[in-house]
Amino acid sequence: MSIPYLNIRALKKSFGVKPVLRGIDLTLYAGERMALLGANGAGKTTLLRILAGLTHVEGGSITIDGLDLASQTREVRCKVGFVAHQPYLYDDLTAQENLLFFARMYAVKQPQERATFLLRYVGLSKKGRERASSLSRGQLQRLAIARALLHRPQLLLLDEPETGLDQEGLELLNALLKEHQEQGGTLLFTTHDLPDAAERSDQIVMLRNGRVVYQQATADLAPGGITQAYQEVVR
Amino acid sequence: MALANKETPVVQPAARTRPVPLPVISLVLWALTLLGMAVTIWMAFLYAPEDAIEGQPQRIFYFHVPVSWAGMLAFVVMAAAGILYLWKKDERWDWVARASAEIGTLFISLALITGSIWGRTTWGTWWTWDARLTTTLILWFVYVGYLMLRNYMGRSSASNRAGAVMSIICVIDVPIIYESVNWWRTLHPAAEVGVAGALPPSVVLTLMISLATFTILYAVLMIQAYHLQRVQTLAQRLRAELE
Amino acid sequence: MNLLAQIWFILWKDIRCELRSKQMWIGMGLFALLVLVIFNFAFDLRVDNKAAVAPGALWVAFVFASFLGLGRTIAAEREKGSMDRLLLSPVNRKAIYLAKLLGNVLFIGVVEIVALPVFAILFNVPFSAGALIPIVLLGTVGIASVGTLFSAMAAATQAREFLLPILVFPLIVPILIAVVRATSAVMLVTTNEPPWLGLIAAFDAIFLTASTLLFEYVIEE
Repeated sequence: MSIPYLNIRALKKSFGVKPVLRGIDLTLYAGERMALLGANGAGKTTLLRILAGLTHVEGGSITIDGLDLASQTREVRCKVGFVAHQPYLYDDLTAQENLLFFARMYAVKQPQERATFLLRYVGLSKKGRERASSLSRGQLQRLAIARALLHRPQLLLLDEPETGLDQEGLELLNALLKEHQEQGGTLLFTTHDLPDAAERSDQIVMLRNGRVVYQQATADLAPGGITQAYQEVVR
Repeated sequence: MALANKETPVVQPAARTRPVPLPVISLVLWALTLLGMAVTIWMAFLYAPEDAIEGQPQRIFYFHVPVSWAGMLAFVVMAAAGILYLWKKDERWDWVARASAEIGTLFISLALITGSIWGRTTWGTWWTWDARLTTTLILWFVYVGYLMLRNYMGRSSASNRAGAVMSIICVIDVPIIYESVNWWRTLHPAAEVGVAGALPPSVVLTLMISLATFTILYAVLMIQAYHLQRVQTLAQRLRAELE
Repeated sequence: MNLLAQIWFILWKDIRCELRSKQMWIGMGLFALLVLVIFNFAFDLRVDNKAAVAPGALWVAFVFASFLGLGRTIAAEREKGSMDRLLLSPVNRKAIYLAKLLGNVLFIGVVEIVALPVFAILFNVPFSAGALIPIVLLGTVGIASVGTLFSAMAAATQAREFLLPILVFPLIVPILIAVVRATSAVMLVTTNEPPWLGLIAAFDAIFLTASTLLFEYVIEE
């Protein structure tokens, strides 16, 4: 049995005095895709933020590719790409400048070329010189995805990535995720689209009130089974 | 509220079957404080000699110095607890820091008041910008600022860290503040609050007793304040769980 | 990437964004001038006591303008939801601090450069710019070093605008005393002044170091 790529043990997190994660155990192997489901406030976004290194681990441990998240956060950040609800872009910089800046922050080799390449990859070459503030929601989302891919992350964290994307954007996202998987990358994403989650993942996990209440390999799921499970477990 | 209907009810903790133990340490320290205060008051007013220059009002010295000392001690404890929190990440050190901040504010306020009164009796003004009094005033602002910051940030690990960082910066700064005000004062020599010259043994003895008493007072107040912090945190957590 | 390069790129980004949004510069510059003018009326300056009041007036204007500017780099990041954009990347947190610090010093510095000639005209007190500039520079670095650190803390609260001065002002008292005295020494001939510039330099060195080391503890959630 190979070593898990992502190993979460007894993870706890509180915001102030309010507990948000109350002991999460999750395992993900390299190349696997996991869909994270749950009602708003169940802790999905918090979990992703912790994995992205934006919030401190408070209890328990997280290992990513053999690195301990709490003590080796910097190294972990180099391996993780995060697409969140906010685009994490600078309004006053152009699309090209945004990607160039973040490429530099991630110490990407040949940042200029990489930025231009990704801009083309997400179909925003024509918008390269436009300020991020003037981009549409869908275009911003694409730019955010490009930003997350700059440093060729091994682990992709996506928080409802389909939000704001038009049909073309969705196709792009799918192609991108396919390529990520082909290259051996690991994926953890949240979504509210249940059938879509079943299609695009190898494992389904449901959170409620900061705990894992359901975990199942998609291969073992009956069609429509996911919706049923969600109704029972989360609602 | 569909989720709430499905929640398992909060289990009531088993009722205490044994009586709450007496807080022995606190009681002992309170007793010592009481005793010490009595002795201090007697010594300060009756035993210690009258000051040749200032007269009876000088006796406030036996109260001003110890409360200032306690205020400074609280400050150092606050900073030390902050450093320990950053190192050990144990929130109990943050409880110590917050408790010390609250107690320290109290003592520094008393120091300002007694210092001001002393200045008034000696020099006729309620305030004088001498190095000690000025630094005490700045320390007062620092304490209040700290309490405000902690209050606004609430109870969270970010709040704990901010408090620790603030107290570390402040503790480094205080000696610099004192020295710079000293330098400034050499240009404006004015009223100074304090005692000059060598002190006779009876004065020293009284001062020592007074210092010891106020230090014990600080300690016992710290214990109460620490437990208050602990209980407040736990209570807020419990409440958050229920909501 | 080494530390200096990281600092440079973050600073470049901040300046770019600042130049394009154009929000704070004009406000701060006008504010500094306004304070100087108010002082002119408030102290009913005649020729003899102008020189005594001038250094204080100048530095009050600078300090208040500084506080306006201090919050802006970090508040700007927080307002849009996050310092997270930067924190997501593995960039050294010390580089973030130093870049923000330099940005603040630059920003306040520009306001000071504008205010100084106006000050010279309004107060009509002769002084040597060459002697004054090191004082202004070191003093600004000192205020900004502590101010940048604390604005990261205050930014997390609702009351950030008035909390920042309350927290920072007591701490920069040594700088204030020193810069006003040092400025006086430049404008009037004084004797037996303690080494104020040395004090400011020492303050800067100590608090730059302390703030650089402590910044990461307050900037991360």
